[in-house]
Amino acid sequence: MRIGVVTFPGSLDDGDAARAVRIAGADPVRLWHGDHRLHDVDAVVLPGGFSYGDALRCGAIARFATVMEAVADAARGGMPVLGICNGFQILCEAHLLPGALTRNQHLHFRNRDQFLRIASVSTAWTSQFIDGQEILVPVKSGEGCFVADDRTLDELEAEGRVVARYTRGNPNGSQRDIAAITNEAGNVVGIMPHPEHAVEALTGPSQDGLGFFTSVLQALAGASTGGQHAGGTLR
Amino acid sequence: MSRVVVDVMLKPEILDPQGQAVANALPRLGVAGVSSVRIGRRIEIEFAGEPDLETAREIADKLLANPVIEDFSIAVDDAVAEGA
Repeated sequence: MRIGVVTFPGSLDDGDAARAVRIAGADPVRLWHGDHRLHDVDAVVLPGGFSYGDALRCGAIARFATVMEAVADAARGGMPVLGICNGFQILCEAHLLPGALTRNQHLHFRNRDQFLRIASVSTAWTSQFIDGQEILVPVKSGEGCFVADDRTLDELEAEGRVVARYTRGNPNGSQRDIAAITNEAGNVVGIMPHPEHAVEALTGPSQDGLGFFTSVLQALAGASTGGQHAGGTLR
Repeated sequence: MSRVVVDVMLKPEILDPQGQAVANALPRLGVAGVSSVRIGRRIEIEFAGEPDLETAREIADKLLANPVIEDFSIAVDDAVAEGA
């Protein structure tokens, strides 16, 4: 399986994301923000960082990067896409996910290991977890406060589209402790903390993050054998 | 030359922690009686010729403001138009 990792000007975690893909057993394919095509990848990761220096709003400029046209088309077509941190912000700015990420309520940058509770295993990126499983991954962001209007939040919860919640403390004031969400089809997931930094014992607080990357391999394997479609029906 | 000014503000229901931090600092300036501070962004767009409000609106809607959390307003800066 080929999993693309996009590098924007100002991306920081593209290297770790590619490494996580490799450790999970897939081939990482480095994509450039100016690429017109996705080079036959099966899934895409939008990594963390500060694309375009966070000018205007986080993700606002990256949304208009050339590669995002192809990513958005592929996402609407069902290709699994994972946005981590800045990648989550880009997916919201691109309207591939609802809501927005705003300044942490306490105004401090938060950089710590964070417990999450997996709230949906019905996405292309979380099928290898157990519903309700607690995982430990780093969070490192200054604008990680997820906001949306009440109707959108109610919809996300009613449709099981909250993918993970902060537990044992909310690091940024996100509404309803939301750390990760998915789109209606379950192929696009945005997560504020960093699973790609928790894939091996030497460098991470756990290896819990690896589950996101092994999940998508399972989803892709199922899709390619004509089995269950990636997203929404994995359970 | 002409100038169009775009004001972007967080929607009323969106918490503005920066504005709150400023409001909380006011007593230290000896200022009392301020009940709320909210912080927005002013963007000045200059056109070579006549002000193009339609284009300015498109820029504001697609890029300058995030409609999920922000509202915007647009106005021609008459002082610049006359002074040009």
